[in-house]
Amino acid sequence: MTEQVAVLSTWQSEFKLRHPSMTYVEQAQEAAAGCMAKLGMRPDDIDAIVYSLAPTAFMGVADADRWAIDHIFGAGKPMLRVHTGGATGGSVVQAAHSLVRSGMYRTVMIVGAERISETPDAQKVLNQIFDPFYEKDMPLQTITAVALMANTYMRRHGITQEDVARLVVRQRRNALLNPHAHLKGNITVDEVMASPMIAYPFKLFDVCPRSSGGAAMIVGNMDAARQWQTRPAFITGVGAVSDSNWIGDRIVPSAEYDFIDWKLMRVAGRAAFERAGITDPIHQIQVAEVYDAFSIQGLTQLEQLGFCASGTGFLLEGEGAWEMDGGQVAVCPSGGTLCTNPIAVAGLVRAIEAANQVMGTAGDHQVKNVRRSLATAVGGIAQFLTCSVFSNEPYEAH
Amino acid sequence: MSKNLTPQSVITEEVTLRYDYALGEVAGTFMDGLKQRKILATRCSKSGMVYLPPRAFCERSFEKCDGWIEAGHEGVIEASTVVLRGFEGSRPPPIAVAFVRLDGVHSAIANYVEGLDLSDTERAMDRLAPGTRVRVQFVPEPQGRVTDFYFVLAA
Repeated sequence: MTEQVAVLSTWQSEFKLRHPSMTYVEQAQEAAAGCMAKLGMRPDDIDAIVYSLAPTAFMGVADADRWAIDHIFGAGKPMLRVHTGGATGGSVVQAAHSLVRSGMYRTVMIVGAERISETPDAQKVLNQIFDPFYEKDMPLQTITAVALMANTYMRRHGITQEDVARLVVRQRRNALLNPHAHLKGNITVDEVMASPMIAYPFKLFDVCPRSSGGAAMIVGNMDAARQWQTRPAFITGVGAVSDSNWIGDRIVPSAEYDFIDWKLMRVAGRAAFERAGITDPIHQIQVAEVYDAFSIQGLTQLEQLGFCASGTGFLLEGEGAWEMDGGQVAVCPSGGTLCTNPIAVAGLVRAIEAANQVMGTAGDHQVKNVRRSLATAVGGIAQFLTCSVFSNEPYEAH
Repeated sequence: MSKNLTPQSVITEEVTLRYDYALGEVAGTFMDGLKQRKILATRCSKSGMVYLPPRAFCERSFEKCDGWIEAGHEGVIEASTVVLRGFEGSRPPPIAVAFVRLDGVHSAIANYVEGLDLSDTERAMDRLAPGTRVRVQFVPEPQGRVTDFYFVLAA
């Protein structure tokens, strides 16, 4: 006997470079307390906690899940930390989903916070994720590693930097309607093109900001949903997959899953869609909150998820296919990770935004008539991928 | 809290940690090879795969890699970029980096590309396009580190 899994409540802070008015753990506490307060819940109403915490070297306190126990009302409850890099926020949702679906707990709170700007050495921290023998001596971090892949992808499909800049313009404009978003504004393709080059083809505006803030989501079974939420979103499909740490194995003819075209996302998507009964994503899903720390990343995932053919995402961008109003699918109506990247909870924010769109609580960037949405998350140099589907209807067969 | 209080804003700390990463037999053999200006890859006779960086175990055949092969000193670019700013590494930008599949090897390995005019980024990227042939060169005195070699354009 499996249980339904309903999103009961979500909460996110404003995201910005720094929150000097509070500490890291107070930031997590604000999210936990805020998420419960929305429904009038108290700590006793939460059975277990999944803590969303990625590399801790950014904020300097190693494995700060212990530091956060009291602040998130965890003492006396089962609590586990999940860490899959940038995919952490996707993995926490899937872990909480399993804990409720299995019947283990009636309610689970997912919570976390991020403080990337507590150190000026964020790029050095990100270089530390590379192999110390063969890779770390290179200028490899997340920006340069994804730039390497992006160059080959763009040459393969004949995509220009201007094509990619149009996505940046759309998402910054979407973020104007999102009070939680970090970067936002009406910018032009020319302004994106004029922003300083960091690692070709990525210019400053192709790269996410370092965001600080907190986020939380409470999920529960159908019994909990009846008690706490009149209009829940249901998690109806989850898929996750990991791939080789060796970038050089993934960009060659013998690669099992070609990293240039993000073939691995097809695997995570297929698993999620099979569970959710999705056979025709572009007609069955109205909002896609894809995880795009870089401008190139979101649409490549969308291609592999079956919304369009491989290499056509940026051509369709130019035709307005991913617009919030009048597009075929609203892609990152929140502005996406490109506008707001609190690494430890960035994937959780994608899930919160996707769930809010189904619950009708997204605010000014609410898309009309959303029945289903999806959220992805990506960690490492795309070693960890997750895809989750949210629906206004529960699982059909269980 | 009282509005009259102006709280202190930060506590500053600098952390230095030291590590001695154990190379193990496989990486140790590779680094030893570099000192002799050889780039050593491991091979699995069951799957036929030749790995660079070298591996102890073939994850495709589920067998131990059972041979060493000297990789060619030429190869083909699979991915490349020119880094212009934002990275405070050991070399000041602009720097070119590429993943290159050396002849006789299935996987690609990353290293710097030297001897290229990087003042015009677009032009440099055209010359570093995927499929371009490059050649390995060694530094005058190899130290047993991956930076003992670098790539230059073959043509």
